[in-house]
Amino acid sequence: MAKVTVDGIEVEVPNGASVLQACELAGAEIPRFCYHERLSVAGNCRMCLVEVEKAPKPVASCAYPVMDGMKVFTDTPMVRNARRGVMEFLLINHPLDCPICDQGGECDLQDQAMAYGKDSSRFQEQKRVVKDKNIGPLIKTVMTRCIQCTRCIRFATEVAGVPELGATGRGESMEVGTYVEKALSSELSGNLIDICPVGALTSRPYAFVSRPWELTKTDSIDVLDATGTPIRIDTRGGEVLRILPRQDEAINEEWMGDRGRFSFDGLKRRRLDRPWVRRNGKLAPATWAEAFSEIAARFRGRLGAVVGDTVDAEAVFALKSLMGTLGSANLDCRQAGEAITGTHRAHHLFNTGIAGIEAADRLLIIGSNPRLEAPVINARIRKATLAGLKVAYVGPATDLTYGATNVTLETDFLAGAERPMVILGRAALARPDGAGLLARAWEMATPTPEWNGFNLLHAFGGQVAALELGFVPGPGGLDLAAMMGGGVDALWLLGADGFDPARIGENTFVVYQGHHGDAAAARADVILPGAAYTEKDGTWLNTEGRMQRAYTAVLPPGEAREDWKILRAASAALGKPLPFDTLEQLRAQHPLFAGIVPDTALVAPPAGALSDLPFAAADKNYWQVDPITRASPTMAACAQAAQTPAMAAE
Amino acid sequence: MSDEPTSFVFDAEAEANIAKILPRYPAGKQASAVIPLLYQVQYQMGRQTGSAWVPRVAMDMVAERLGMAPIRVYEVASFYFMFNLKKMGRYHLQVCGTTPCWLRGSDDVLRACKDAGGLKGYGDSSADGLFTLSEVECMGACVNAPMLCIDEDYHEDLNYERTVALIEALKSGERPAPGSSIGRQTSAPEGGPIVLVEG
Amino acid sequence: MALHDKDRIFTNLYGTKPWNLAAAQMRGDWDGTAAIIQKGRDWIVNEMKESGLRGRGGAGFPTGMKWSFMPKATDGRPCYLVVNADESEPGTCKDRDIIRHDPHKLIEGCLIAGSAMGASAGYIYIRGEYAHEAKILQAAIDEAYGAGLLGKNAAGSGYDYELYVHRGAGAYICGEETALIESLEGKKGMPRMKPPFPAAVGLYGCPTTVNNVETIAVAPTILRRGASWFAGFGRAKNSGTKIFCLQGHVNKPCNVEEEMSIPLRELIDRHAGGVRGGWDNLLAVIPGGSSTPMIPKSVCDDVLMDFDALREHKTGLGTAGVIVMDKSTDLIKAIQRLSAFYKHESCGQCTPCREGMGWVNRVMLRMVEGRAEVSEIDVLEQVTRQIEGHTICALADGGVWPVQGLIRHFRPMMEERIAAYSAAHAVMAAE
Repeated sequence: MAKVTVDGIEVEVPNGASVLQACELAGAEIPRFCYHERLSVAGNCRMCLVEVEKAPKPVASCAYPVMDGMKVFTDTPMVRNARRGVMEFLLINHPLDCPICDQGGECDLQDQAMAYGKDSSRFQEQKRVVKDKNIGPLIKTVMTRCIQCTRCIRFATEVAGVPELGATGRGESMEVGTYVEKALSSELSGNLIDICPVGALTSRPYAFVSRPWELTKTDSIDVLDATGTPIRIDTRGGEVLRILPRQDEAINEEWMGDRGRFSFDGLKRRRLDRPWVRRNGKLAPATWAEAFSEIAARFRGRLGAVVGDTVDAEAVFALKSLMGTLGSANLDCRQAGEAITGTHRAHHLFNTGIAGIEAADRLLIIGSNPRLEAPVINARIRKATLAGLKVAYVGPATDLTYGATNVTLETDFLAGAERPMVILGRAALARPDGAGLLARAWEMATPTPEWNGFNLLHAFGGQVAALELGFVPGPGGLDLAAMMGGGVDALWLLGADGFDPARIGENTFVVYQGHHGDAAAARADVILPGAAYTEKDGTWLNTEGRMQRAYTAVLPPGEAREDWKILRAASAALGKPLPFDTLEQLRAQHPLFAGIVPDTALVAPPAGALSDLPFAAADKNYWQVDPITRASPTMAACAQAAQTPAMAAE
Repeated sequence: MSDEPTSFVFDAEAEANIAKILPRYPAGKQASAVIPLLYQVQYQMGRQTGSAWVPRVAMDMVAERLGMAPIRVYEVASFYFMFNLKKMGRYHLQVCGTTPCWLRGSDDVLRACKDAGGLKGYGDSSADGLFTLSEVECMGACVNAPMLCIDEDYHEDLNYERTVALIEALKSGERPAPGSSIGRQTSAPEGGPIVLVEG
Repeated sequence: MALHDKDRIFTNLYGTKPWNLAAAQMRGDWDGTAAIIQKGRDWIVNEMKESGLRGRGGAGFPTGMKWSFMPKATDGRPCYLVVNADESEPGTCKDRDIIRHDPHKLIEGCLIAGSAMGASAGYIYIRGEYAHEAKILQAAIDEAYGAGLLGKNAAGSGYDYELYVHRGAGAYICGEETALIESLEGKKGMPRMKPPFPAAVGLYGCPTTVNNVETIAVAPTILRRGASWFAGFGRAKNSGTKIFCLQGHVNKPCNVEEEMSIPLRELIDRHAGGVRGGWDNLLAVIPGGSSTPMIPKSVCDDVLMDFDALREHKTGLGTAGVIVMDKSTDLIKAIQRLSAFYKHESCGQCTPCREGMGWVNRVMLRMVEGRAEVSEIDVLEQVTRQIEGHTICALADGGVWPVQGLIRHFRPMMEERIAAYSAAHAVMAAE
């Protein structure tokens, strides 16, 4: 540790820490543009200059290592003059088009100019103009605003692992871009918008949409993958205008996948905004009363229920309760027939935790492409590889953005590892030998009470809660496959869009409860319009089993309602009213909502046979995976761009 | 972009040079060879097409050969001034215009290049494809100023007339020998050394 | 007293004799190299310290001390000597002569210096424009390998040493030692932040010393003839001999090796045939390459050419590129052209340099015309102060010093230019 005095305040910081870190610890705010704590230190913007005793010149605090006994001054004439000078230089070629800049109001340059800028310019020359770059459908570039801080270049290279951005040319002609015009091939590209300290890289879909002070901010969770990225939904007038990540060191650090960030325009399209009832073979608009009376009349006989991948825990619990009161054990949440029972939590959780990736020394990925299934988790893996984690994967050759060897299940890759780690993709469990793979992966991870390196990587935010709530066949109950082809007389689909509805028996009465008119809704006899994840208070469990709460950002459209309420009303219509009238009462019914989970005993899954079936390549379409993303024009544009990267640059 | 070829393969001469270049750098540090390989590209293009430049596909080839991301090669190629990223004339006329040469008449050298080469100014290529004119910064021949660098040959102690003569010689297919145009012994004073004459 | 030829180190400075090994050995190179190396690194470093040699690349850092910063014991990482042959400072063309006419002095120096810092290999980073010089250097290295002077048991010293040539490709900034290292690693030549210094983390993350060509090339002779011989030239702390590049408005531009601390006037009159039109026709001199602020004739009259004397006049010896400007010179234009140079050569990394150099050059362009307000001279001066000392490397400092020198000594000339312009345009406006 080193003792450093910052403006007279003594702090202790680890050796090797930067002066900037010491200043922050001492409560001295240091302006910066190029410095970002999750990126390598560039030291180029020169805004963070401070005075260090005995140093003849101001030093860049972001890059200068502390020394014991160092005296730092952050508010002296030397410091103020230096920063004012740097600010003036940053502004001489900056367009000062704040009134039409989407960064306005949340711009580091704008903010710092308030502190260090002047109200008039001494610069009499022509300002520089830089040609905008087309880097795909998500990011709008106004490169004249660029201050060459290189954060985006470092993010793409270091965090995203997609070295496609660079600074070409030199001096004042240096330009940030891809050189050869192309759409960025990263699933994390939206983060460039967040880290750009000016308005050079802004959100294309959000262009000219709103000002930050007009927005209502609501905390929520991204359910479009299983990372559980905490998000902030920005709305105005009942409309989602953008989604941003929140910070959580244990989960996403501060990153977010593009799917969750940009697909919300799908929330306004193909929505189910009123009940529908099939009459004479055709779906016809109906009232809630008509829909419920139809259900009361026809949701009879052998009953079954399937929940989808992005359903909130409350709705899952309500449906399970309803089915219980109706006496049915025919429940399933494993739409692809995955070999998971939910019996032992450890068999379906990411046991190391996401942050735990950084503690592992060897990682074997089986039947998963984390880059496409959970890009933020993949970034964490990449980060760990930079610190020494060795990675191998079983499955088709792919670019995970870090060095990883392609091995087979027979390879003894984890032998000798101190903290071995396995990531098994949920999709692998849907193979015929899913149970065998689960057992094999568990065995390879050699879990101990101190370190359980077995991790199941789920695909969506609702999958773990459904398992934890036991939405699987009860004693004697049918699974999804058995419910198909007439295995049940009536089937309740709660956001279940993950299987082919043509498998459902012709005479099975189908209730579809959900938010989008996707394939399953088209098969339904009754449609109950539900709420998307942005439209309800709900509980979600990410792939780690971490309980997370989301809040209502906007109201469901039209007559659509929160799903637990729909189920509560349906239970009344079916003559079996559920014993809760509020969300709080519902949550009181199950310990999961209080964050209480059963102990995780280290029981090995039952052994199973392995097949030599090759692992299928992951679906390269990261962008269109569920009804919301399939309804999203932005996601469609991304999918299109990925197919023709050079063309996407219009 | 119309000048950009669609493919690039190193020829035998380039490959022979690359085989000498790569072992100069430690294992795993082959990115060090990026500048040398870009030179190989430019020389090869000069040999093959009469225009010494670095097309984009060739940069991709260098990236692949050295295990670098293409953007890192683009960065390097565009940072260093000697790599021509556009098609060039057969002879690259590079007038040093920095102060030491300017003091000794580099404006006359420039004028001579324009007049004799049929060039409008810096950045221009002559209609016959023979010349591309560039201004370069101090070439390190200051005591022999002003100078004109033709491709890699320094021509020194120039004036308007001698520069015109140089360019006319190029047009007639000659390749004038580099060095002082007034017969000076390299950097010794005009008329011969006055030191290093003892013994 | 002027330097005698017998005390000149670069006896083939003008290339009147062949550069090859046989000729070099005739000149005394590679004589007793093994014995020097076998005296050990401490002896060599100490001798270099005693000689008073200060780096010849411009900054003038004591060479022996620099070598002593290299780790004494290895931690497993190799150590490197990198020779800075990226001679690009406007007004400087001395290393070119060493490389093309006396390459074996440099090569022998690389071996000896390498041994003194425990380096296993050396890289000579030569500016890309010196294509012919690079070929000669490579050929000389090949000769040395062929004669057993490099490689395993180099020169029979028991020391193994590899030496390579690496060409740059046109970037002044690569003369900055950490930019040079970046470039050698295959990146853009953007200077690194210090600390860590190259002696701790340099080329490929290994301990590295970067020295100028002339610095390394004089080392074998110093070690052969003794530190006191070298220290006998020049004033205290400014020892030795030095190659000066005399150019601009002199009658006979040339390179010459002279004694340090020689009076500027004597240097010009004796070796360059005097100022064009006579000493009284002198206007100003840039004494040490483009980065060093100019000095007016009044200073030139009796200033000595060494580090300390020039520093007293707020300029520097730099690379000893002496740019002479007579009274016909448009000084504002001369300095503006340097501003254009630094704008062109700024790597673009640091805000003050990237943005400031362009600003300075554009204002200077107007100053050349006089199309400015007198108050803008102060703005220009302030802008140079805002740039200076606020960047990672010293390019920006060197880039603004010439402008500061101009304002310091010739402000009235700038004011006159402005007055003339506004007078001319007032007339035009009135017509």
